Amino acid sequence: MSNRLIRRVAVLVFFALLAVGGLCTSMAKGSIDIPMYQIAQVIVNHSAGDVNTQVLWNIRLPRTLVGALVGINLSLAGAILQSVMKNPLADPHIIGISSGAGLAGVVILILFPHMEYLMTPVAFLGAMGAAVLIYLLAWKEGIRPVRMILAGVAVSAFLGAGISALMVFYSDRVHGALMWMVGGLSARSWLHLFIIFPYTVFGGFIALLGARRLNILSLGDEVARGLGLKVEITRFLMTAVAALLAASAVSVVGLLGFVGLIVPHTARLLIGSDYRWLLPASALLGAGVVTMSDTLARLVFSPVEIPVGIVMAFLGAPFFLYLLRRE
Amino acid sequence: MLLEAKNISLGFGESLVIKDLSFKVEKGKVISILGPNGSGKSTVLKGLAKTQTFYMGSVYLDGKNIQLINSKKLARQLAMLIQSPQAPSDLTVRELVEYGRFPHQEWWSGRSEDDKKLVEWALEQTGLALLADRPVETLSGGERQRAWIAMVMAQNPQVLLLDEPTTYLDIAHQLEILNLVTELNATQKVTVVMVLHDINHAARYSDYMAVLNKGELYSFGTPQQVLTTTMLREVFGVNGGIWANEEGQPQCTIYGLVQSKDNLMSRER
Repeated sequence: MSNRLIRRVAVLVFFALLAVGGLCTSMAKGSIDIPMYQIAQVIVNHSAGDVNTQVLWNIRLPRTLVGALVGINLSLAGAILQSVMKNPLADPHIIGISSGAGLAGVVILILFPHMEYLMTPVAFLGAMGAAVLIYLLAWKEGIRPVRMILAGVAVSAFLGAGISALMVFYSDRVHGALMWMVGGLSARSWLHLFIIFPYTVFGGFIALLGARRLNILSLGDEVARGLGLKVEITRFLMTAVAALLAASAVSVVGLLGFVGLIVPHTARLLIGSDYRWLLPASALLGAGVVTMSDTLARLVFSPVEIPVGIVMAFLGAPFFLYLLRRE
Repeated sequence: MLLEAKNISLGFGESLVIKDLSFKVEKGKVISILGPNGSGKSTVLKGLAKTQTFYMGSVYLDGKNIQLINSKKLARQLAMLIQSPQAPSDLTVRELVEYGRFPHQEWWSGRSEDDKKLVEWALEQTGLALLADRPVETLSGGERQRAWIAMVMAQNPQVLLLDEPTTYLDIAHQLEILNLVTELNATQKVTVVMVLHDINHAARYSDYMAVLNKGELYSFGTPQQVLTTTMLREVFGVNGGIWANEEGQPQCTIYGLVQSKDNLMSRER
């Protein structure tokens, strides 16, 4: 008992340090290096002064925070969906978030490039629209996870075909769309932070409140019902929360894959499947992974920036496979 | 009277599994439900637990229609253990048993003193105190079943529904589980309704037996009333003899299948 508790606390502390480390390096490193004491100064009394302050306040800080929140949102969404859908492969793709936001984003970028300022709200509507559509298609006296997953696959394939068609027809304008499809944090500003922040707070709060219910749900529908859990309502509410979390993240940074799938699994391997621990662990690890990967994405081929999604997949997937083999 | 099913019909989709079934379960008794495969035993149990929707009829718990009782409130009075339940691989016995307290907890509340006491009590009763910190998955079949029983015991119900609690266990562990259940019934006055496959176990451990055949109640009564050669022949399609054990409970010995075409046909139907 106490061993288990110590291990869990240790993992959580480690993830927290990772998140703090990720935030700090992301703010300190880049085309110019800013020393830590100056970062602290700027954050405490953000009086704009020299170039460093400008860079930090206007570029690095919002970008770093957006990255952290995106990591938190996608990881929480993935962790919730893995429980609610009873499927280890469940992630924001499964409920149509990615394909919906993907198509909406590509439509804007390719067909209406002059309306790019509408990108975030339109992508959010696309993501939620696809999620609702899948929900309606899967609904038949309640939601069964398998039906939901299959409906998700079908709708995603359908929307994916739309994306591909647009990219083929307008192959000259594909570049922006491609960046959107991989996801990236470049040029994310305070505005983006304010867009995503309420969802992180609200979604995170509901997710933590629901942790015990997610635990009960992991015993299977019948046992959960026997324990008095309203399985259908719980599944509906938690899926909706996951959809909001993921849609807000994806609409801001594009289709960042990987985080929603691998981060919750990594956290689960290290801290166990008790959602009261798994949710905070996933959130912290998600924030750490995204901010660190983004720092690398800026540094490795500097001055050229590579999309953060690529860095995450290249480093994270082998690491995850290592964890998997070790277990 | 505590639990009463009135004219219930249950099924999946278009097909009716249980047709117009009625019976009463008295407080503090042990009732076994018997019947051949596909006779609807598990379905009845799910109906009693409100996890299967009714087409018709109602189930009353202490005179109240269970459809009208909030699920969480119902779970405080009535607990059900399904056949071969699955737990996450790293879930420990104590954590599993703590989940049994879920219906007694609110959104915001933590573990109360009551919760802790009942969890320890359930672990103690099932002889799992020393295994409490082991993952459920690493236990033997018998221990695992006891862990799940400890979970439903922690629910502190008045009625315990058990769906084939002894399946997949060797004979010693089967008896161990049945002794545990009857002891719980004797000491805590918990009413037990269980589906059993073993006719002799049912006759030995229950106050009443209900025999289901093709979704209908074939007979209901004390083991002496229910366990007859006619019942064995008509419901299970086997020839057998009945004798009494040293405690006067009827037991049967099966000689073989009833070898008439009529019977085969009627079983097919």
